[in-house]
Amino acid sequence: MTGSVEQHVSQPYKYGWSTDVESDLVPAGLNEAIIRLISEKKLEPEWLLQWRLSAYRNWLKMKEPTWANVKYEPIDYQAVHYYAAPKKQKKLESLDEVDPKVLETFSKLGIPLEEQKRLAGVAVDAVFDSVSVATTFKAKLAEHGVIFLPFSEAVREHPKLVRKYLGSVVPATDNFFAALNSAVFTDGSFVYVPEGVRCPMELSTYFRINAASTGQFERTLIIAEEGAYVSYLEGCSAPMRDQNQLHAAVVELVALSDGEIKYSTVQNWYPGDENGKGGIYNFVTKRGDCRGRNSKISWTQVETGSAITWKYPSCLLTGDNSIGEFYSVAVTNNHQQADTGTKMIHIGKNTRSTIVSKGISAGKSQNTYRGQVKIMKNAQGARNFSQCDSMLIGDKCGAHTFPYIDVRNSSAIMEHEATTSKIGEDQIFYCQQRGISAEDAVSMIVNGFCKEVFRELPMEFAVEAQNLLGISLEGSVG
Amino acid sequence: MLEIRNLHAGVDGVEILKGIDLTINAGEVHAIMGPNGSGKSTLAQVLAGHPAYGVSEGSVVYEGRNLLELEPEERACAGVFMAFQYPVEIHGITNAYFLRAAVNAKRRCQDLEELDPIDFMEVLEQKLDVIGWTDSLMERPVNHGFSGGEKKRNEILQMAVLEPKLAVLDETDSGLDIDALKAVAEAVNTLRRPDNASLVVTHYQRLLNFIVPDFVHVLARGRIAKSGGKELAHELESKGYDWIKEPAGVV
Repeated sequence: MTGSVEQHVSQPYKYGWSTDVESDLVPAGLNEAIIRLISEKKLEPEWLLQWRLSAYRNWLKMKEPTWANVKYEPIDYQAVHYYAAPKKQKKLESLDEVDPKVLETFSKLGIPLEEQKRLAGVAVDAVFDSVSVATTFKAKLAEHGVIFLPFSEAVREHPKLVRKYLGSVVPATDNFFAALNSAVFTDGSFVYVPEGVRCPMELSTYFRINAASTGQFERTLIIAEEGAYVSYLEGCSAPMRDQNQLHAAVVELVALSDGEIKYSTVQNWYPGDENGKGGIYNFVTKRGDCRGRNSKISWTQVETGSAITWKYPSCLLTGDNSIGEFYSVAVTNNHQQADTGTKMIHIGKNTRSTIVSKGISAGKSQNTYRGQVKIMKNAQGARNFSQCDSMLIGDKCGAHTFPYIDVRNSSAIMEHEATTSKIGEDQIFYCQQRGISAEDAVSMIVNGFCKEVFRELPMEFAVEAQNLLGISLEGSVG
Repeated sequence: MLEIRNLHAGVDGVEILKGIDLTINAGEVHAIMGPNGSGKSTLAQVLAGHPAYGVSEGSVVYEGRNLLELEPEERACAGVFMAFQYPVEIHGITNAYFLRAAVNAKRRCQDLEELDPIDFMEVLEQKLDVIGWTDSLMERPVNHGFSGGEKKRNEILQMAVLEPKLAVLDETDSGLDIDALKAVAEAVNTLRRPDNASLVVTHYQRLLNFIVPDFVHVLARGRIAKSGGKELAHELESKGYDWIKEPAGVV
């Protein structure tokens, strides 16, 4: 049985190929000249360059955080290429002009950019290395006044909006990785939903790191004006490479009065091989500000990839009666390490937050939930419900839970539940004795464990997430 | 239905069963008794295909097939059922969902259409009627938070729904009070048919007051030391196991 546990754990990564397109790569290393170069390549205005430079100068004074429950060799930030783009870049008017090899990559990933035109459904922005390759459905969205653009285009076309909101949720000096991102971010998505508009389709961005030794530093900014609604999904993957690759993204969400943003992530960055070699370092800052009354921000994440995950999608519940939600499934296998969770900061009155975290550890992995719920002094009538469940598969992995609760208003109602369960030989054999194969048993138990999170995902992605989970854990129990 | 010949088996390289011979025909109920450590549960686990147990010698033929070559789930689909001595808890899945998954796994093997939740509930209710139970456990996670009696009852309910040809009851009586014991035994008796068979593994004779066996076998030191009719169980009850150990080797 132990033999087949090993066998199952060593399931290969399905998205590990790389695409042979010439890259326009800036020299490795980080200094002001590189930042100027990136800004210049992106035809950016002076204020943004200055913003980047100031972030960089702050970053130089900052220390990499060490409090997370993850271990890795020191990162040489001078060895990273901070900008890579498929070459022969020109302004693209339609998908037909995109390098067919890049399109092939996305279709291998199951993102049918071309199909998108026919299927009424999801509008996709695809970011390949550092550059946004194609944004579909631009016209249809424009009819509703919805702006969905690659970040660099938004800077050019809507500078006022970008300038108003950029860094307003995650300041450039927020933390080490956010500062780094602010200095060197390359592309990402920008979404603006005007007052009273319900975005007519799911918006989706697909991120892919292709070039070797590059970092990907995307920046996403989503604004829901008063009474607006948008549901947004991001997916990601990367080729298998022996070197660790750095991914330090920043996502900022702003919901104004009665506005609602639903942000879903299916993260499948390359996790490294079965010996822990290679894989993406995923150091991401995601934060939403429920700035207006009755606003709502909901994070749903399914994290299956990355060698290391350091990620805490958070909500600032600034407006009265605002609602923050965090639904998470984090799966680690082999030597993966995840330190992930959320922060719910209750500032306004009658603010409510819900946290449902499901951690699944298999192989020799370490899976940590780290969450903070903070009730500020003026947050009269705040409520939080937290549920942190861990599941262990096999006996060489670890699950850890670090909930921080800080209540400064005595009217707050806090609930916290936590469970730990295990899929071991006994459970599998029990299922098998009832006619259910080992693989079906794992999938059934894991999906049962995660169902509260999966049902928060948009339908089409819930199916994808379930499949992904199946692949990640295939064979993790014999 | 089942022919066990010279079966040697053990766990972690330690031989526990040292040459078991046993034939079970359709319609029969066999009881396996014996002191602690005699190999009763090992026999049950080997028949169900627990991966921790290795067979070093001998054969087990079930309905003309080599049972030992089949995966546990293949054995289950072929009609071998084991009621666990220690039923396993599974979080996050309701009892109803689990049982339906089991029924559908079996139906797939038989090329039957899978049951949807509504059809399944009908089947379940029929079975509950047959064994005269009402159900209160279906929406709870599998065995999670169940009392000892509820767990054992749940095993028998699964057995009723899955309709095995060969049911192996591994110490189903352990941890049951007399009322629960009666209820379980009555259910097992109701499910008895000319075309199925049971192997009841037990330490105590009292279960056999309710499930009356056709044959009783006494296991000692990994072998069947004595076989007889139901009266053998009563003899054991009054004399204990010690007198059996003496003529070990007599089959």
